[in-house]
Formats: sequence, structure tokens, C-alpha cells
Amino acid sequence: MSMTQQAAPAVETPPASGPKQSDGRTAQRPLALKLLARPEVGVFLGAVAVYVFFLAAAPPVREASAMANILYQSSTIGLMALPVALLMIGGEFDLSAGVAVITSALTASMVSYQLSMNVWVGVISALVVSLAVGAFNGWMLVKTGLPSFLVTLGTFLILQGVNLAVTKLVTGNVATDNISDMDGFAQAKAIFASTFQVGGVTVKITVVYWLVFAALATWVLLRTKYGNWIFAVGGNQDSARAVGVPVTFTKISLFMLVGLGAWFVGMHNLFSFSTVQSGEGVGQELIYIAAAVIGGCLLTGGYGSAIGPVFGAFMFGMVNQGIVYAGWNPDWFKAFLGVMLLGATLINLWVRRTATRR
Amino acid sequence: MATNESQAAGAVLKDTPPTDGTPTVELRRAGKAYGNIRALHGVDLQVHPGKVTCVLGDNGAGKSTLIKIISGLHRHTEGEFLVDGEPVHFSTPREALDRGIATVYQDLATVPLMPVWRNFFLGSEMTKGAWPLRRLDIEKMKKTADEELRNMGIVLDDLEQPIGTLSGGQRQCVAIARAVYFGARVLILDEPTAALGVKQSGVVLKYIAAARDRGLGVIFITHNPHHAYMVGDHFSVLRLGTMELSAPRSEISLEELTNHMAGGAELAALKHELAQVSGVDVEELPEEEDLTASVAATSEGKS
Repeated sequence: MSMTQQAAPAVETPPASGPKQSDGRTAQRPLALKLLARPEVGVFLGAVAVYVFFLAAAPPVREASAMANILYQSSTIGLMALPVALLMIGGEFDLSAGVAVITSALTASMVSYQLSMNVWVGVISALVVSLAVGAFNGWMLVKTGLPSFLVTLGTFLILQGVNLAVTKLVTGNVATDNISDMDGFAQAKAIFASTFQVGGVTVKITVVYWLVFAALATWVLLRTKYGNWIFAVGGNQDSARAVGVPVTFTKISLFMLVGLGAWFVGMHNLFSFSTVQSGEGVGQELIYIAAAVIGGCLLTGGYGSAIGPVFGAFMFGMVNQGIVYAGWNPDWFKAFLGVMLLGATLINLWVRRTATRR
Repeated sequence: MATNESQAAGAVLKDTPPTDGTPTVELRRAGKAYGNIRALHGVDLQVHPGKVTCVLGDNGAGKSTLIKIISGLHRHTEGEFLVDGEPVHFSTPREALDRGIATVYQDLATVPLMPVWRNFFLGSEMTKGAWPLRRLDIEKMKKTADEELRNMGIVLDDLEQPIGTLSGGQRQCVAIARAVYFGARVLILDEPTAALGVKQSGVVLKYIAAARDRGLGVIFITHNPHHAYMVGDHFSVLRLGTMELSAPRSEISLEELTNHMAGGAELAALKHELAQVSGVDVEELPEEEDLTASVAATSEGKS
């Protein structure tokens, strides 16, 4: 306490600018380790392993048409796994994603059929409904501060009940009426559910959308402000808010993005099959979440990629179809998935620990 | 100062502060209640450009509440909060940032899994190109972050490493460098030296001095009177949510400041009580006159 006191504040010079070199305490990590630290590397190796396994076990898989089929299966999961993955990186998840797809398809189908309007009226109404469901989820989450598990579990149950009850009420049936002869159907089908030929193999358009959207999502995630905000709100919401990230906007828009995905897949289902079964979609939400987790997204948020879930969805499609091509009992599918999920998570965990250890 | 000229490149307002003596930030009888708990009451505080205002206080004195009001995390429930002489009610930290008030929080407000450079620019990212192709200007951000960190004396060869892998002191310096870079006019530091070693504390204090010399108003929250006295121009001591002391540097010595920090008047009372208990040697304790410094203490502190 007998410190000498200065009459004026101690004016100090700012620290000198360091030379353009390291202080020698941090070594460069090897390139291989840097690569392994990427969230999608583990799932990429896993997808290759599953692919090689079925190439050996199920000879029909080697044909191009089988691959087109596998990719189609993967794309229907992958299209939804993308927004679900972004949401997960943003720190939340959405249990209503599976039934929301059916809600969207039912809305489009019933609006256009019951009102005898052009199907595009139904498509737009479905878009509005899907975005509204997403916005509701996000708004509830932000306003109440409840965990997204509870909020979306509620929405999941509501939508599941509404899907069944309203369909029964309107059509008197468990499925919607066939809308394939309505105005605009061909046009909408060309956009949402067309096919094209590549070297004699029929490829579904959803495969293209899936890969294009994945590329877009990757760009947004890594190269835009919004992507930065997604990582930030998932990694540390309070810090993000404190430095000026619009947390409420980011969270609500992420839920609406899931709504957009549900609308897109719902429209694909509707225009592929012309009719919608009101009880479908239950359980799909877990498949989407599993694909995102297998794809290297951290369940607690703040870490992941948009490419990982592409491989995650591919693994699902591969196993789903591979079992059929191998001639095994398809009942094994879910068991396979469980093993894959656990395996992939363990690999991801191990890879991340090894690669980020300093 | 020569090494800090790159600061001028910051995405900040470079307005010359008003010279008519209006404080940049001023609190008048401000307070905050959380439900029926009064965390802060009747606090007066002025922040002038080029001055360091130190806010001292023990744990639970209301220091953090005070910062949260000024930085826009919480709204004050009583009194007035003025920026450049006009009353404001911030509802988000963004609004405070837009008025040139930047804060380094005690928990540093970093996202551990994100790379250093992304953390540095989080919430104020640099972009290039026109919408919808507007994208992050990664090159420029990395270069700027690197320069700013070097000015702080931190050399990181891999700005891509997650900020969670840095040491506490390094993270603190990144957070301060970020706030200095973005804080155009007022910089709030919430116990920046609390978790640091001697040498790193010195670096932080130098940076506070540098920020002051650049014309920033600095609010330096600490419970270390020695650190406060090294750079402070004005000292305010908070106790139990009220202001016990508010004095310019010319009216207070380090001893007095330390005594106030240690409880000042309360210690004197404690000494008096102890004197009545047999077996306690009060002769060794400091005299009462030393404990109650003759400074402009506000009356609330005695309650």
C-alpha cells in the first residue's frame, strides 16, 4: 500500500507492433490434421465405406440406374436434412419437420382441389402455411425461451393431428383426391418432380436441386454474414447478442428455412404421386436430424457444415436401397441406421478430438 | 502512438468529440430493478472523451448491472441515461454500438468454436459485392484482425484456429482489440485484468491508456484500486447498488481509494465493534481518520 503515487495518470505507450513472425509457441498444424478437423470428413469416409460395402455385397448396386435410384432416395432426405442441419448449427432442432412436409402437400392439394383452382394457388398457399409454421416455431422459441425440443414437439403433435383430422373432415378420407388432371399440374410437375436422361439413365430432378441447394447453403454458411450469425447463435447465443448479432432474426429465419424445405419436399411428393396420405411423415424428422448429425453437425449447435449432411443423406439412401438390392429383409434398415448413427457420431467425436488437440 | 495509426482504418465514426464539455455518456440518478430487487440506485456517472472513468466495487456492488445498462443489454428503470446530452433507451447492444459504445464483457462475448478472425468481426462483418452476391471480405478481415492483434502485442500465426483454443489472456486481448477497433468513442471494460497475470495486466493497462490518448472515453470496471489508479482520471466506488464515492483524481489518493474499496466507513464501524470485544488488539488497526477520507461521498453509501 506504500506505492508511490503519480500526480498525473501514468501515460504509457502502446505495445510495439510485433514483427511478422510467430512467437514460437504455436506450431503449424499438419495439413492432414487440419483437413481432419473439417466437420464433413468423418461422414465422407463413412459414406465411402458404406458405398464400397454395398458394391461388394449387392452386385446390382454397380449399375448406373441403381445409383440414380439411390441418389433419388438420398435427395428426398437430403433436401430436408440441409435446412435441418443449418438449424442445428444455429443451436436448435425441429421435431415438426417430418409432418410439416405432409402439411404442406395436404394444403396445396386440398386448397386447389376443393376450390377448383389452378394448382399454383395451392402451391403458393402451401408456401405461406409452411413459412408460417416455421415462423411460429421460431417466434415461440424466442419469446418463451423454452427449449426447441418442447416447442417443436408441440408443433409436431398439433400438425400430426391437424393433418389427419382436417383431411378426414374435408375429403372424408385419409388421403387427398387425385389432382393430376387439374390446371397447372403438368407445369408444377415439371418443376418439382420431373426427370431427365443422362446417358440412358433416368435421373430425378430432386437430385439436382439437392446438390445445388447444398452448394448454396455451403456458400451462405461460410461466405456470408448470415452464415457467420448461424454459427454464432448456435455457438454462444449470449455472446452473439452482446456483439450485435440479430439473434431473434437468425433463429426465426432458420425455422422458416426449415419450413421452406418442408414446402419444397412436400410439393415434390404431391406432384410425384398426385395424392397425399395424411398420416405420413411421422418419424421422418428423426431421419433428417440423424442425417445432419451423421453429417458432422453438433447437436448442441455452433459446429457443422452443409456438405456433411449431403453425405449423411447419401448414407441413408445407400443403406435403404442397398438392402433391397442385396436381397435382404428391408426390416433391417432401421437397425442399420442405428448402428450407422452411433458409428458416425463416435467417428466424428474421435476425429474432432484428435484434430483439434493442440 | 505510431504503431496504432492503422486504427484509423477502422469501420468507425471518426467524429471529433464535442468540445463544449458535454459528456459522451452520462447517467443521472440512474438505477435498475430486477423485479423487487434493486440492483442499482441513484447512480451518477460521466464519461468524457479522452478520460478514463474507473468504477470500483466489491462483488455484487452493481458494477455489472451498470455496464449492462450502458452497453444496451438491460434498460434502466429509473433516472436518466444520456448520450451526447440526449436521453436514450437502448433495447439491444446493437443500438449502443451504433452510438459508438463498445464493451468488453467479463465473459468476453466470444464464440469458442469460431475462428479468431470471425470472432473479431462478429456482428460487424466486412462485406464486398452487391446483394445477393454480397459476401464476407475474408482477406481484408483476416488482414485487419492480424494487424490489430499485433498492435496489441499478440502474434497468432493461425487466425483460423477456434478462439476457444487461446489462453485466457490472449482471448482478453482479442476482445479488447476488437472493442477498441469498433468502439469509436466510448470503450467499456468489465474487469479486464481480473483473470490476467501481472504482465498481461500491464498490456491491458497500456491499451487503456492508448485508447484514452486516442480520444476515447473509457469506463474501466475493476476491483483492483492499484490498476484503477494507474490509468484513471475519475473514480467512482459502488457499494450495494449505490454510489459511495465519486471523485476526480486530484481529490483522492491511492490509500483513500483503497480504503473505500475495502469498505471505508464500514471498516471503521467494525473496528469500533471489535474494540468492545476483549482479546482483539485494535491498536494495530488503522486510525478512523484514515479510513473516512474527506471526499465528496454521496449520502446513500452510508445507508
